[in-house]
Amino acid sequence: MSSVEFRKDLFADERDDNLQEIGKPTRRQDILGHVTGRSPYYDDHLFDGLLHMRCVRSPHHHARIRSIDTSQAERMPGVVRVVLARDVPNNLNTLLSLINFGKDEEKLIQDTKVAYAGEPVAAIIAETEGQARAACAAVRVDYEVLPHVLDPEASLRPDAPVVNEVYPNNTFDYHDLYDHQKLRFGDVEKGFSEADHIVEGEYQMSPIEQAPIETCGAIAAPETNDRFVCYTSTQALFFSLGTTAKLLNMPSSRLHFVGGTVGGGFGGKVDSIVEPLSVLGAVLTGRPVKFMWDRAEEMQVGAPRGAERWRIKDGVARDGRILARAFTGFFDAGAYTRLSSYAIIKCTGHIPGPYSIPNVASNVYCVFTNRTPATAMRGFGITGVDFAIECHMDKVAETVGLNPIELRILNAYRDGDMKPHRRLAKNTALIECCQVASQKSGWAISADAARQSSLAGGGGTRAEIPESLTDSVGRIGERRRADIPTEPGAGAPSRGRVAAGTQGIPIVAAAPQDEDMITDPARMGFRHAPAAPPQPRATPSTPVPPAVAPTGTPVPSQQAAAPPQPASPQPSASQPAAPQPPQAPSDPAPAPYKPEQPFSRGVKRPGVSRFLSGSRRR
Amino acid sequence: MAIHKGRGFACINYPIGMNLGGDPSQALVHSTPDGKFMVSLSSIDLGQGMKSVTRQIAAETLGVPVSDVYVDTADSDTGPHCMGSFASRGTHRVGNAVIRAATEARKALLEAAAEELEVNATDLETDGQGNIQVKGAPGRTITVADTAIAAQFKQGRTLSGRGIFLIPPSDVDPDTGEMTPVSCFAHAALVVDLEVDDETGEVAVTEINSAYEVGRALNPRLVEQQLIGGAWMGVSHALYETTEPYYPDRSHGPVDFNTYLMPGPGEVVNHNIAVLERPAEDAPFGGKGPGEMCANPVLPAIANAVYNAVGVRCDTLPITPEKVLRGILANGGAQPQGAR
Repeated sequence: MSSVEFRKDLFADERDDNLQEIGKPTRRQDILGHVTGRSPYYDDHLFDGLLHMRCVRSPHHHARIRSIDTSQAERMPGVVRVVLARDVPNNLNTLLSLINFGKDEEKLIQDTKVAYAGEPVAAIIAETEGQARAACAAVRVDYEVLPHVLDPEASLRPDAPVVNEVYPNNTFDYHDLYDHQKLRFGDVEKGFSEADHIVEGEYQMSPIEQAPIETCGAIAAPETNDRFVCYTSTQALFFSLGTTAKLLNMPSSRLHFVGGTVGGGFGGKVDSIVEPLSVLGAVLTGRPVKFMWDRAEEMQVGAPRGAERWRIKDGVARDGRILARAFTGFFDAGAYTRLSSYAIIKCTGHIPGPYSIPNVASNVYCVFTNRTPATAMRGFGITGVDFAIECHMDKVAETVGLNPIELRILNAYRDGDMKPHRRLAKNTALIECCQVASQKSGWAISADAARQSSLAGGGGTRAEIPESLTDSVGRIGERRRADIPTEPGAGAPSRGRVAAGTQGIPIVAAAPQDEDMITDPARMGFRHAPAAPPQPRATPSTPVPPAVAPTGTPVPSQQAAAPPQPASPQPSASQPAAPQPPQAPSDPAPAPYKPEQPFSRGVKRPGVSRFLSGSRRR
Repeated sequence: MAIHKGRGFACINYPIGMNLGGDPSQALVHSTPDGKFMVSLSSIDLGQGMKSVTRQIAAETLGVPVSDVYVDTADSDTGPHCMGSFASRGTHRVGNAVIRAATEARKALLEAAAEELEVNATDLETDGQGNIQVKGAPGRTITVADTAIAAQFKQGRTLSGRGIFLIPPSDVDPDTGEMTPVSCFAHAALVVDLEVDDETGEVAVTEINSAYEVGRALNPRLVEQQLIGGAWMGVSHALYETTEPYYPDRSHGPVDFNTYLMPGPGEVVNHNIAVLERPAEDAPFGGKGPGEMCANPVLPAIANAVYNAVGVRCDTLPITPEKVLRGILANGGAQPQGAR
């Protein structure tokens, strides 16, 4: 049996739990429809005279299209219309053009070259799905098969076939400058040289299907007043509407999209392929048209979670502190960008995982190969690198002979720590999660690890930005001319330096546009602790806001109250979880837990460990 | 030939909302003539409970019972723009937009009630049961329904609100990667217990003990549903699923659920979950959105537990019996790493 408990005792002083509706296990608004099978999904909008659309797809990974002969298909029973690339009014798009990211590169229907097995080269609209399938089989396409590339690192070589002519180097262009996204924080080479151990590993995430029960699809029909209605399984209504308007060169006011109840998405219903095709079918025939992937298309033509290959190199001190970490990552985007380029930015902002590491560098590549384009899936941009990081942490723990949970707590990020993307960490809770998981599983950790807190021990020198080494290796096109190394900093003829403390201004949410929209903080469920969070060390000043802290060197007096740490390459700043001497009177052993009021769930007994499981249900 | 027990650990954090911002969501709230509230969105409910969570957020903010609120989504003719349901942004972005819209509607509601009760609107409070009362004088009260009727038919006032939530886009530095990615992070740590059969290479996960920090469990049952389901997906990713079993070779790609494997009902793992709640300052009531992150720690924890059981590092997913067996063979037999 499974069980769920709510640890209301933890972080209780940051929450007001006396809310009317929030936090209640309210029954879902739509549950009756779901459990009685009456909730309408897109496929329930069946019109009289509904036509069915299916695609003719490339059997080759990579081939030039010499000619397409549809004459036989047109004469097949039930066929209403054959759709070719020339029928698409504006047949070139990239999904993220709606947020101005990347170049138009993918056709809705191909006419010159296919770049993956399954790429559509024609579509048939027929009275029945069976007739559409039969007619698709009757389309004759003359292909000139081209050499293909399926491995992302092979795709980076100078002699690799060009997958996607818009990106002739087989990599997405970042900032019109590099063929990858860089992250540089500190100097990893210096960190490696100071380390007692170097731990290296390579990890491979395979492509995964989102596997919704309801396959991607849409039903479009002419509406009154020269508009078209589209019932769709999309995860992003206006994304699909905007993409359709662009591809069909149609004012968005002529499109009426209806969705909202979807039979599972998991990221696979953002790509907006089915909506433009079905609306195009309705435009061309003047009749309702359904375009829906079958299960095989969903699995092999629908974009999966892309494969990722990761290499991690850590420099680790004898006591388990990670001094430097370098990543080299390859996202296999398949033949077109879809959303992979963006996942790499997200991933770069996530590196090096939830840890405070003083020197971090990464190079992450969005690589084109001759396979089904990859796209979003639950955990997009993060799942693969987290697999790599956490498998790697296990190897580090083994190398230094430390309990894997204690190793995480030792290196965990805490409130006030500077992250490699140069913004301060806040609202962290990794340490508490580690402690609770340890307690629940009965996998013991040391008393010192159990005493640590995300609220204490961060900031100070850990809030500082070190001088960082940069390089300009991997400019766009460079790799076409010669094999150059892919890992951060390798092969750099010269290095640049970014001064310590260099940081821009963090971006925060836009303020409410009107004072009527400003909420009363007392009703929003926050309870701000009356006292400042406990400071682990008697530092003269609390961690200051970012832009004010461009101090290149640690302030010497900052360590005045801390006892000297013998034989440590860096002072106590990089030793978060070293046994905390009881010098700080404001932070003795954690105070016994005292509830302000009874909890509905969780620990109820004062005095017991805060991490002991409370009441369970089910 | 033996069954080896293994135990593995992993912990993660997860960025909530679309990276780099630039992803607005809007909401509209209006009252029906008798004081029920409609929330109009274009956001998508994928089954995760989008409609239900925004309904609770609207009810809490308005100060009315959840049964008096209905969420309508997603029709592009009536629902204002939303970027979509992805990147764990639904609860955070749409929830915040709903809060702003409901706040404006609440202000109109209290002003209309103030006019009826002949008091100052700032002296009024809602009881969450459908009544508006004078603070400190619970006898002076008017129902939300009567307020709405008066506003509509007597005062000529609309009880409605608009809301948008946007984190403006952030640039990324090409050389250092400096950026403002997202505004809050969810956290998780978990321990996987499993068994590895060194004869067949099969891995059977027996138990998961986890801690998930979600900011605030806006609806604890929906959180539970996400976490149990997400961990199931994590097990599935780790041990079963791929569209290309011999990646980067494209052969043997599955085309249906007979060949694309997932754990069935008999393989759903016992999972003991602790939910932690550290509210994030810019999240709706502090809630971060548990949907995406819950699968992530399961994958490496399983890989680490397989190593603990038989001494084979499976650094390539999925961890199929074939890979485990080949690893055991290469090591000259299972090499258990010791009980944890």
